[in-house]
Amino acid sequence: MNYLASIGSYFIMIREVFKKPTKWRIMKPLILKEIDELIFGSLGIIIFISFFIGGVVSIQTALNITNPLIPRNLIGFATRQSVILEFAPTFTSIIMAGKVGSYITSSIGTMRVTEQIDALEVMGVNSLNYLVFPKIIALLFYPFAIAIAMNVGIFGGWVAGVFGGFSTSADFVEGLQLDFIAYHVTYSFIKSILFALIIATIPSYHGYYMKGGALEVGKASTTSFVWTSVAIIITNYILTQLLLG
Amino acid sequence: MIQVNDLHKSFGENKILKGVTTSFEKGKTNLIIGQSGSGKTVFLKCLLGLFEPETGYICYDDRTYSSLSADEKRDLRQEMGMVFQGSALFDSMTVEGNVMFPLEMFTKQSKSEMQDRVNTVLKRVNLDNAHEKYPAEISGGMQKRVAIARAIVMNPKYLFCDEPNSGLDPKTAILIDNLIQEITEEYDITTVINTHDMNSVMEIGQKILFLKNGHKEWEGTNKEIFKTDNEAVTDFVYSSELFKKVRQMYIEERN
Repeated sequence: MNYLASIGSYFIMIREVFKKPTKWRIMKPLILKEIDELIFGSLGIIIFISFFIGGVVSIQTALNITNPLIPRNLIGFATRQSVILEFAPTFTSIIMAGKVGSYITSSIGTMRVTEQIDALEVMGVNSLNYLVFPKIIALLFYPFAIAIAMNVGIFGGWVAGVFGGFSTSADFVEGLQLDFIAYHVTYSFIKSILFALIIATIPSYHGYYMKGGALEVGKASTTSFVWTSVAIIITNYILTQLLLG
Repeated sequence: MIQVNDLHKSFGENKILKGVTTSFEKGKTNLIIGQSGSGKTVFLKCLLGLFEPETGYICYDDRTYSSLSADEKRDLRQEMGMVFQGSALFDSMTVEGNVMFPLEMFTKQSKSEMQDRVNTVLKRVNLDNAHEKYPAEISGGMQKRVAIARAIVMNPKYLFCDEPNSGLDPKTAILIDNLIQEITEEYDITTVINTHDMNSVMEIGQKILFLKNGHKEWEGTNKEIFKTDNEAVTDFVYSSELFKKVRQMYIEERN
């Protein structure tokens, strides 16, 4: 029953976020600040992870091709498919649930503990709109980060495949172009938009409704990471069934 | 003026407020005192509209809070200023940003008009040279003064303070108390202060409400609190040796 109540209050929170909007002249700098912190501030870790994940996929594919009848361009093909369909949108989102999600929960949670949210409410400000709406808008730019992750991941695969001696550059590039379906990229971007909404809202919910002190802020961050990850994985499964099944 | 009538508030089975009736007068510092767990904070949060009471009502100058629409409630809240126990300043903003925030949010004033108003209130609380500092860079007493400046920047009709001098040294605490009283009289505000501090009770308690176990146990002024025979009040107020001696001297002088 507690889980159902939490899910219910989560959706009520989302409705409240869009009520009584804050003035644009106040909201605009907040959105820009969140884009800087949530998107640009995460590009480093996204690029780092994507590069090495792409490399690992390439190497593992190469090491599993034992049959000489299987063409070597499969390495490029498998790297492209794995990175575009799963690793860039889903794996990166799990990492972002940890990095960005924890930041969101702890920053909003600290505001709750120090009565800053009460101060907003007493002034007559819709605190949910003021705090959560800029994060949702900022994370709508998340697909751009995912596009970078896709490119860097494939590049990492090429580096590992070619410089590791598993494939020639020509074979790898041929594999990249083989049976390319543009819809797979669309599917990946659709997923990343939904994951962005999850990353913006579930940690906000855990931060906004937390009770207690500094210790509970830490606990709320951990709980929010777990639930954000669970929501991403379940949404990933449902979307894959709906869009590719 | 704020009138409270038969206010009840519970959390589950736990009854916190059990029918509090009182009134807080305009232009006066009204104090709420009582032991921890007596319902002071819940009472203050009911006054602020952060908690909805189960029964009873609160009138703000003849406007009954429970019968107002959501928009009217938000408008009423803009007539309230609040000084939180921990100041509740926005960490990400400078002192000036904190004080300017309500103006930016709710008025259509130009930047220069807002700046003038911010300068005026910061000067009023004796904080002329901290505009660009962040809350973490200033002392607790200065944070309280910024919180007071933010609370009065919109010219509120009602000012609420939750333990405004907790965590401050006695000298700074008196300065904060005096500042609140001066502002109350100067701006003709209805001020309600939740406090544990007996110095505040003696110094600025123009009206005192003593809560015990969610009930109104006693109310009166700081002059009357010396004379009261209410055992619960005397136990609470004169719990320290110093105050016991002060009271004894007062009684002896009177006799």
